Amino acid sequence: MLAKRIIPCLDVDKGRVVKGKKFQDIQDIADPVELALRYNHEGADELVFYDITASHEERKTFLDIVEKVAATINIPFTVGGGIRSVEDIYQALQSGADKVSINSAAITNPTLIETAASKFGSQCIVLSIDAKEINTGKWNVFQNGGRIDTGLDAIEWALEGERLGAGELVINSIDVDGVKKGYNLQLTKTIANAVYIPIVASGGAGIMEDFYQVLHSDIADAALAASVFHYNTISIPALKNYLVEKSVPVRSVPSCQLY
Amino acid sequence: MIAIVDYGAGNIKSLQIALTTLSIESTLTRDETVIRDSNAIILPGVGAFQDAMHQLRSDNLDKILQEQAAAGKPILGICLGMQLFYETSNEGGLSTGLGLIKGKIERINANVKVPHMGWNTLQIRRNKHITTNIPDQTYVYFVHSYYATDIDNDDLIATSQHGENIPALVQHNNIIGMQFHPEKSGDVGMQLIKNFWEMVS
Repeated sequence: MLAKRIIPCLDVDKGRVVKGKKFQDIQDIADPVELALRYNHEGADELVFYDITASHEERKTFLDIVEKVAATINIPFTVGGGIRSVEDIYQALQSGADKVSINSAAITNPTLIETAASKFGSQCIVLSIDAKEINTGKWNVFQNGGRIDTGLDAIEWALEGERLGAGELVINSIDVDGVKKGYNLQLTKTIANAVYIPIVASGGAGIMEDFYQVLHSDIADAALAASVFHYNTISIPALKNYLVEKSVPVRSVPSCQLY
Repeated sequence: MIAIVDYGAGNIKSLQIALTTLSIESTLTRDETVIRDSNAIILPGVGAFQDAMHQLRSDNLDKILQEQAAAGKPILGICLGMQLFYETSNEGGLSTGLGLIKGKIERINANVKVPHMGWNTLQIRRNKHITTNIPDQTYVYFVHSYYATDIDNDDLIATSQHGENIPALVQHNNIIGMQFHPEKSGDVGMQLIKNFWEMVS
């Protein structure tokens, strides 16, 4: 049976993993390669690395980290942040990333998804959507960390992303991100019911129950979180044991070195 | 030395790293002599069936692979690489594969999410050297939309359930196919690659 995935997200700034509530009070947490290896051993199913500065000068530093991560871990990982062109995607994949997450650039240039999917395959093109509720049951796609309303309907944009060839969607709820009150179940479920591709829920994880809520039914295929893992509020092995007890299918990791 | 067949297939970096970690020497090549002189061959693959076959044919690599398979050299196909071993595929219209194993490639048509992406369990049907230290119900990492069907039941080593019974691990004499990505399947994947290498010597 296909397991529900637990995905730690590492925001990287100037070569370090950082955490800030939407670009404020950014705190230095750890070395990205060390943290990636720790999560790999603890049983994370995938990792996401997000280049939060995405400035031209820092790009090289970030890609160097991606290469080091690829040489260190043996689980899949996605790279996001600052992906604007086919060339950016190519560089990320060449550096060892398995998937590339596209957000803002797809809004300004939707053909990027189409071109990238036909060139590299849908399996490595992830469309990341920042959504915010503007009326009850109506979500719009936002840009720049939730500051700009693009006017696009989040459900329609998800469908368009699927049609253009994205192989997976990350649904990040701006309303709940960083406040640890749980994933946005209604938004995630609405999009999951509309599309056929896998859905990663993002934003709002605070306690283990939050993971259960979004993973136990057919709402999300994976749950992404950052600070609860970085600060050890929730340990991945404990979370997986908890989910197994609640009958959510998750991957168990062999306890000893096999080879 | 393992020859990794270079036909422009996506991300082979993780595979190279996995082999290096296991102290197995490998070369990414499309050179006929290098492939003939290797101890084993890996056909990697991400992308579309027709493009991949076209690329193999234009470099005469289809003939080399068929010749080396017939000569008994261990050959491992990963994901699309495995799919290319079969007779036909209907991805993007009907086309011919390498014909090293009986069977055809079709799209996953069941009422499940496609691509089949993520960690799924292996149901081991028969134990062979390739399954050494791999317990039944072990999780491995899949990313694919097409799967092998109408295969010879004797070739089936392990299946995985995703709407259909997906042939996940197959073996026909010296030919091994993995629909999942061993290089992305944690320590279990490393064990599988090690088991393949042990078939060589």
